[in-house]
Amino acid sequence: MEKIPLNLRDTIKKIVKDHLDIENGLVMGQCLTAVGWVGGTLPEIYEDGGMVELPMADVSNGGFAVGAALSGRKIIYVIRYQGFNWFNAPIIINYACKSKEIWGRPCPLFVRSIAMEGGIGPVAGSSHHSIYYRMPGIKIYSPMTPSEYKLTYDDFMKGDDVFYVSEHRGSYDNFEDLIDIHFDDPHYVLFPISITRFNAIKASKELIKIGIKVSVCHIFIIKPFLPSEASLDNLSNATYGGCVVDDDYPDGIAKSLANDLSNITGKRVEALGLEDKTAGFAKEVDNMPPDTNKIIAKVRSAIN
Amino acid sequence: MILDQSLSSRIYETAALNRAFEVSAFEQMKLGNIKFPAYLSAGQEYISATIAVALEEAGINDRQIFIQHRGHSTYLSFGGDIDKLVLELLGDKRGCANGMGGSASIHSVEANIYGHDGLMGSQGPISTGMCYANKIPTLCFTGDAAVEEDYFLASIGWASTKKLPIIFIVEDNNFSILTEKKVRRNWDIHDVAKAFKMKAFNIDDDPQEIFSCLDFENGIFSEPMLLNINTHRMFWHAGAGVDDPDIFDRHKSIGEIFTADYRENIQNKYNNYVSNVWKKYL
Repeated sequence: MEKIPLNLRDTIKKIVKDHLDIENGLVMGQCLTAVGWVGGTLPEIYEDGGMVELPMADVSNGGFAVGAALSGRKIIYVIRYQGFNWFNAPIIINYACKSKEIWGRPCPLFVRSIAMEGGIGPVAGSSHHSIYYRMPGIKIYSPMTPSEYKLTYDDFMKGDDVFYVSEHRGSYDNFEDLIDIHFDDPHYVLFPISITRFNAIKASKELIKIGIKVSVCHIFIIKPFLPSEASLDNLSNATYGGCVVDDDYPDGIAKSLANDLSNITGKRVEALGLEDKTAGFAKEVDNMPPDTNKIIAKVRSAIN
Repeated sequence: MILDQSLSSRIYETAALNRAFEVSAFEQMKLGNIKFPAYLSAGQEYISATIAVALEEAGINDRQIFIQHRGHSTYLSFGGDIDKLVLELLGDKRGCANGMGGSASIHSVEANIYGHDGLMGSQGPISTGMCYANKIPTLCFTGDAAVEEDYFLASIGWASTKKLPIIFIVEDNNFSILTEKKVRRNWDIHDVAKAFKMKAFNIDDDPQEIFSCLDFENGIFSEPMLLNINTHRMFWHAGAGVDDPDIFDRHKSIGEIFTADYRENIQNKYNNYVSNVWKKYL
């Protein structure tokens, strides 16, 4: 019988279960054991098994997770909406991320920060990984595939660093790897992050139909940002440069990475992300990540 | 528990070490040898000195301590290395926080003392989280201003909910820099703790009062507790200065139960000891 591959949702669920059953870890967060079990990414385990329901006190909860990590147990801390990091981040960034450097005491924390968008208003929607990006002592990964998630978790378990894992609910059904699209002489190169990776692939496939060659070099590990030689070759050979595409506001990671890529290759690299406006609940006033059409429009404007 | 002469002497000696250190640090600041803000705990020594002796007396060696920014006395009372503290205040990489902690973020791996990051009151949730994860008896020292942080209040609530072996010790000197408590709030933290169903006391930094709140019979950490301990800061919030030269001095008051000779001998002993440590590194 053919083995059905696990999608990302089930991959995360299995990792979490093993983390509790085998690694003596803890999983902490708000409303974990509620109806949806965080998009189906958590096994049905309760506090006696290490799944710890925290109170509705976001700032404190970040500190509880940091303290638990300081004890030497590896902690997975679930933040159900990335926008909630505005409350959750302070103690993670200022204690967990600095503890090893200042005092030689590591504080290994795996922050599962989950994005979604569409009709969820001014705070909860989209990715907010840029909040963390500017600070030292953190690694930022944005896995969109089962293999990327396993690699993320393995990297975390091998070391003692703080990880910000920028998830997106839109990727949970995915079970396939996302492979870079390379051309020897591309017109343009996309460097997509998070959920925009799926739309970037679609955009490239659409544009090649009209003879526009767009490479897609996925950014899965955001910090430290170590672009592959192949992606740099693509950008160096691109006629019109490239663009970093993000699910966060562009005045953060997207522009920083674009600047890094530009400095390395000398090519013009732009940034595309959320619009510079607040997201409303209604569809007409929402603020969605760049879709395929928007990415195509960006490429066309760059090469015209 | 009633303090006998032996316990009182141990507390007095610990406090004398703390006082000697803080007076010497005051002098080093005036001389310009400490080149960043230092937060001196002179006047507040009896809180940590008494609790340290209480834990020794109860045989509690496996404990973890979270410190506040005004923490030199806490560090020394619980066995922090004095040489490393001096080095830290001198900005030396051999210091207790690798020369990065200054006065406010001191730390001791050996004494299981965890440093403060500079976000006021963050030790509340961090200590609570660590205590939850390993269930080791935990002391969380804080000032009266830091407890006003919302995340500190939530920490008391969760520690109570989970019945953790933790004691929150509020070193209440009444001031946030120089803004009095009554200007900042109309509530008391011990009342808040009680509202969170936690045992709580509002007491002075008299060693006997502190001892009386500790449950030696059932175990000091048998349930979570908050102690709001009223005390007096002798020096400026930061730096080498005095706000009120007539402020009550617990060390002087406690010293009066001993003979003048004993007082003088003890204080001279620690003054010389501390002075010699500074001399090694200046």
